[in-house]
Amino acid sequence: MQTVISKALAFLILISAYVVADSPYQSSEEFLGEAFAGSPPAPKTIWLKGEVKEKAGEILGHSYPGIRIRYWGRDKRTAWILEEIGKTQPITVGIVVDETGLESIRVLAFRESRGWEVRYPFFTDQFSGIRLTADNQLDRPIDGISGATLSVRALKKLTRLALYLHQQTVPGDDASP
Amino acid sequence: MKSYSLAMAFATCLLCNPISVLAATPPVTPTIEQLWDIIQAQQAEIEALKKQQHDTAQKAENADEKAEAAVVAVEEVDAKTAGVASWVDKTTIGGYGELHYNNFEGEDNELDLHRFVLFFGHEFTDSIRFFSEFEIEHSVAGDDEDGEVEVEQAYVEFDLRENLQAKGGVFLMPVGILNETHEPGTFYGVERNNVENIIVPSTWWEGGGAVNGYFDNGISWDFAITSGLEMETEGKNAFRVRSGRQKVSNATANDLAYTGRLKYTGIPGLELAGTASYQSNATQSNNDGLNEGILYETHAIYNKGPFGLRALYARWDFNGSAVSAAGDDDQYGWYIEPSYKPWQKVGLYSRYEKLDGARDQDQFDQWEVGANYWPHEDVVLKVDYRSRNVDRNSSGADDIDAFDLGIGYQF
Repeated sequence: MQTVISKALAFLILISAYVVADSPYQSSEEFLGEAFAGSPPAPKTIWLKGEVKEKAGEILGHSYPGIRIRYWGRDKRTAWILEEIGKTQPITVGIVVDETGLESIRVLAFRESRGWEVRYPFFTDQFSGIRLTADNQLDRPIDGISGATLSVRALKKLTRLALYLHQQTVPGDDASP
Repeated sequence: MKSYSLAMAFATCLLCNPISVLAATPPVTPTIEQLWDIIQAQQAEIEALKKQQHDTAQKAENADEKAEAAVVAVEEVDAKTAGVASWVDKTTIGGYGELHYNNFEGEDNELDLHRFVLFFGHEFTDSIRFFSEFEIEHSVAGDDEDGEVEVEQAYVEFDLRENLQAKGGVFLMPVGILNETHEPGTFYGVERNNVENIIVPSTWWEGGGAVNGYFDNGISWDFAITSGLEMETEGKNAFRVRSGRQKVSNATANDLAYTGRLKYTGIPGLELAGTASYQSNATQSNNDGLNEGILYETHAIYNKGPFGLRALYARWDFNGSAVSAAGDDDQYGWYIEPSYKPWQKVGLYSRYEKLDGARDQDQFDQWEVGANYWPHEDVVLKVDYRSRNVDRNSSGADDIDAFDLGIGYQF
């Protein structure tokens, strides 16, 4: 029995170590390059003050760490790089928003021991086109990952935050349905 | 006198209609020199206004730069503070707990702080981390007390590659639904289901080493070499799996256990998993009528919108003359649990369980219905009603009808 077990283990480790090479991660530069066809615009700043600060805190359930958030915008499209704690570690996410809602979401850095599934397109694809309701909730449910509740929750909060901030940066563009 | 009258008349006329008098005055055309002076004066005024505008713009720009410098300084102070407090930032604390009230029909009721748990973690580097779980069960531990103080997790984990990790220490066994994820807000029912108590002895932790990996299609695997069970072959807990946990407390390690799991989570909301755990000697000693044992466990979870479904099947196969003679060589259990969330903060569920464990009280079927209410995403209030029918009544093995109330939290 031990021989069979040892061979099975060696096989699994070899497959994981050498067969799978594609990484879902991107650097911030790669994310912005992809979002703006290779030539990202200069960053802009949104200041967290007044109602914006209050709403951002409501969405996250706590104050955003910082007094401003940088974003990149062109032609009513904006790109955001945001962070939120999952269970114990920050998850860094790149989000692109356009006039129709969320265009894409990429996990740029994930440091949690569990919940790795949120990094991959089979999970993040379901955010495509999602919008905000009038009370800053997502307009459709996101199916979670069992055992990764807190990581899923972090991505949902950051999506809501990016959609809300986008509304603040494009005057007259109300993404609410 | 006449000349005085004329002068008075002229003055009166002038006062009454000065324009007509002035209009009558011939215009004075400025000379080129005078015009040049006027142009020069106006040019000087324009230059002065331009300079004033430039100075104002410069002041505004300086103000922006000062504001930017102030923000950067604040952010740098934050970063430096973070550096000073890096140990604190790399150390995390969490926890959960649950209080239960059990109202039994025909028996004493109970109020119990079932679990009080604290997590401590530390990030040594980006790829090496520590995690621990410290638990007090039933509030008070000690001689003649019901409770226990337990270290259920204390391991160091290494990222070998982006999708390959290894860990060593005390950790939760990769089996079942609740064993690794059992914060009260993540499951229905005040008490945990019985299959993952009697057959899968959750919370089940062992000491040893483990490796796990995953693929971008949603398939993951775990493999662990750990301390094994040390089950009893005599007495009231003979062949009872749950009593065989050594809890890594001076655990006998003559015969190790080998546990592997395959899991698929490639579709959001869906989890399919199967675990096999081989206990090379379930008593850690020879010639006692119980040799090796294998646990097979498989489960499915599916959540779609407000609907949810959990189902789990687990079975032990033991070898040995004594365990076979007692009829405990084959122990199994399964449950199915549909649920529905009519509102985001409210969930309703029903569960049916079938158990065939070692003791009389571990052989029953049970119906359960109840509800969870989450006033906050990390706080849950629970209520349920359960009805248990044991296969055969004996001392300590009675039918149970009870309703339960619970409150739980996590942070």
